[in-house]
Amino acid sequence: MDLYKSTAHELHDKLVNKEISSVELTKALYERIDAVEDQVKAYVTLDKENALAQAAKVDAMIAAGEKIAPLAGIPGAIKDNICTKGLLTTCSSKMLANVVPIYDAHVIKKLRAEETIFLGKTNMDEFAMGSTTESSYFQATHNPWNLDRVPGGSSGGSAAAIAAGEAIWTLGSDTGGSIRQPASFNGCVGIKPTYGRVSRYGCVAFASSLDQIGPITRDVTDAATVLNTICGKDEHDSTSLPVEVPDFTKALRQDVKGLRIGLPKEYYGEGLDPKVHAELKKAIAQYEAMGAEIVEISLPHTEYAVITYYIIAPAEASANLARYDGVRYGFRAANATSAPEMTTLSRTEGFGAEVKRRIMLGTYVLSSGYYDAYYKKAMQVRTLIRRDFDSAFEKCDVILAPTSPVVAYPIDGKMDPLSIYMLDVYTIPVNMAGLPGISVPCGFADGMPVGMQLIGKPLDEETVLRAAYTFEQANEYHKVLAPLGGNK
Amino acid sequence: MKKYTTVIGLEVHAELKTNSKAFCSCSTEFGGEPNTHVCPVCLGMPGALPVLNKQVVEFAIRAGLALNCDIQKFNKFDRKNYFYPDLSKNYQISQFDQPICLGGHIDIEVEGGKKRIGVTRIHMEEDAGKLNHSGATISTSDSSAVDYNRAGVPLIEIVSEPDMRSSEEARAYLEQLKAILEYTDVCDCKMQEGSLRCDANISVMPEGAAEFGTRAEIKNLNSFRALVRAIEYEVERQIDLVESGGHVVQETRTWDDAQGMTLSMRSKEEAHDYRYFPEPDLVPVELDDAWIERVKNELPELPAQRQQRLMTENGLPAYDAGLIVATKAMADYFDAACKNAGDDKAVANWLLGDVSAYLNNEGIEIDAFPIKPENLGEMVALIKGGVLSSKLAKKVFAEMLKADKSPKVLVKELGLEQVSDEGAIAAIVDEVLAENPQSIADFKAGKDRAIGFLVGQVMKKSRGKANPGMVNKLLVEKMQ
Repeated sequence: MDLYKSTAHELHDKLVNKEISSVELTKALYERIDAVEDQVKAYVTLDKENALAQAAKVDAMIAAGEKIAPLAGIPGAIKDNICTKGLLTTCSSKMLANVVPIYDAHVIKKLRAEETIFLGKTNMDEFAMGSTTESSYFQATHNPWNLDRVPGGSSGGSAAAIAAGEAIWTLGSDTGGSIRQPASFNGCVGIKPTYGRVSRYGCVAFASSLDQIGPITRDVTDAATVLNTICGKDEHDSTSLPVEVPDFTKALRQDVKGLRIGLPKEYYGEGLDPKVHAELKKAIAQYEAMGAEIVEISLPHTEYAVITYYIIAPAEASANLARYDGVRYGFRAANATSAPEMTTLSRTEGFGAEVKRRIMLGTYVLSSGYYDAYYKKAMQVRTLIRRDFDSAFEKCDVILAPTSPVVAYPIDGKMDPLSIYMLDVYTIPVNMAGLPGISVPCGFADGMPVGMQLIGKPLDEETVLRAAYTFEQANEYHKVLAPLGGNK
Repeated sequence: MKKYTTVIGLEVHAELKTNSKAFCSCSTEFGGEPNTHVCPVCLGMPGALPVLNKQVVEFAIRAGLALNCDIQKFNKFDRKNYFYPDLSKNYQISQFDQPICLGGHIDIEVEGGKKRIGVTRIHMEEDAGKLNHSGATISTSDSSAVDYNRAGVPLIEIVSEPDMRSSEEARAYLEQLKAILEYTDVCDCKMQEGSLRCDANISVMPEGAAEFGTRAEIKNLNSFRALVRAIEYEVERQIDLVESGGHVVQETRTWDDAQGMTLSMRSKEEAHDYRYFPEPDLVPVELDDAWIERVKNELPELPAQRQQRLMTENGLPAYDAGLIVATKAMADYFDAACKNAGDDKAVANWLLGDVSAYLNNEGIEIDAFPIKPENLGEMVALIKGGVLSSKLAKKVFAEMLKADKSPKVLVKELGLEQVSDEGAIAAIVDEVLAENPQSIADFKAGKDRAIGFLVGQVMKKSRGKANPGMVNKLLVEKMQ
């Protein structure tokens, strides 16, 4: 089997047994990138020289008989909103197109400590605002299952890179579904951990109270492996939780006997593509056959989640993105004649349309006289959404839902922003409540992957992983390769 | 002309004396090459996050308790949004609707006794950086450089009630507030370095009116003098406006010290909409009783208590004691000098007289005063012990300003010991009496002035060293 198609846990064994070298593996990945990147466009930046040097270092460690960490010498890629010291971190925006961070994000530090390899930085929707990766300033990423379709977003580059064999593992970030939805569109595994599980330090903020970093991988085992490395309290992030991090790979047992799986009735109604629904029904039947108990639950405030999200997230974003003013770093407009004009022009020319739309939305809802009607009310609804989940989890251990109501759609810009916003209806409530959620492949509709979402109680990634692993191992979906088809 | 009442409220920003900044570990030290005390957090780099320095909360509690406030247990931070190049994130982390301290007061001395000025609230926030313009202002400069060393330095903003009725009351309030912040060691209160800054809300209303007039907020008051001058100018401006049939508009004005006037900055309509919302990067801080109780127990002596101590233990009049305790360093100097002086009142007189005059002339603070307190104390002791005359003490004082020498050594070196040897003085007295027979006749004729002249002559001949009491006594004895 080609090395680039392998999983991290398979490759780790091969490295340790000296069947392959990390340099060999890393070169194989760059060869694959050279072969398909023109069609996929998953990357913004490649870092071949440093990656190969790091691979050689790991090979030397193995040769010296040192014990290596599970991700050591395994080539991965990082979403371009996670700061990598010395390597461009652009958020796929003209605004930050020239920004080389002076520090590493906390997760990058942890990954470096494990001697892993960074192939490069992956494409995304500008500042993580979008669900298609079309709003990238540089390029649209194409879905390896059908190059005419979107890879989802905002972590579209990270998911497409996995599907196309351009990386073994990747990191994404998820504010309203940005890991799970592209994972679902690309037939990958993507997990958004509990809010606070992973430090946000060095993850360029979109909406601070919702953002969370997580892995996108080929299988659940790799997801657990990456989680093991990146989770944990960080003193540089006040919102990171001071809790023990379990060994997530220990949760990977094929066992759902007696597991109470909740099906929120609001998630299976109007808007859900019947073909997607059909795949989920099969998965539910399979769980039942494996001994799980299926229970119907209700999340009554679901219908308010998207509109509430589009108040809270833009409000936070309007402040988070205020720092991009052309003064200290990043894009600065030429020809300004005063300081205020320099800021205005830099922001006018440096941000794309979707980012500007959300900044304006956020600025509006926080304005004097509107705060109570919008932001304050949205925060109250957020509490109600969280309570919905609290009550639901009295009846079940894990919630099973679609990740997206549809499969990946064509790259043609025909969808209006509001329709695209509404497609995040199953992922957004999970961010609003800060819960862990995973998307695992569960079938195909019209030849495109369908993702199943499993949502857990706060800090209960282990149950989520176990349920996902049990399903994965009973099926072959994660072994089907993206054909790189389509007319492109 | 009608009589008017002035209404003043002050907003004071005090930089806290923490070692590191409010939300990162950068140094708070003043000065330093531009942009050397910075990091991704205070530079507002993409992805950087704030983490609260607990010392900021500790200092805010301490200041709040010293100002008689209620400490609020639940504390959250908010983002105050506005664009300005010195604000690295283009929002300031501050406290909006739930400040850490509420409802305190300061007692000030006014003509006819004490007056209580309310403290509405104290909240915690971060400072901005500093712009260095190539020209006079941001709009008239070709370029501006930004120094973020100060960005993220912790501040408390102390807002008073509109309880002051004159520039003098405002001044007294600010002096007392400054003293309290110094005593509690939360701020070094150097107005010239900007570690204590003041804005004033000023309005006027006809005497006896029930409602306050429209207020103007005056910014950029960087000294006590500026505060007093700005209030006096602004009050006159507002009264003139009203008298001439106009009305005061609600606006922000800036004090131009060189021109001696306030200038309009922006009207109410142009005022920023700060779009406050809770800071999602910081978790709320819940203060427990034990923390507040500990800070309360550790509160140092405050100016009012110290003034009382100087009155009862050192025997100073209230006025003198008040002047000395107004600056903590001055009060500390006083205590140190009194240790070996043996005459506390004399120490106070020196401090409020020659020492203060010197400080004013040189434009320095007591901590930069060249004479060590023990040397001043020793000098007072020499006077009290009759070794040094008060007149020659001025000479010793002048010498001590020049060189760090003990007064005992200087008295010897300069040969200034007071002569109290009766035989030696008697010889000079005889000499003077022989030279001035007319004065003896005058004295005997009952002209008391003659004795003064004769004492002067003896002192002159002794080059000021003769003990004046003894001279007086011998002259009288010898002429009778």
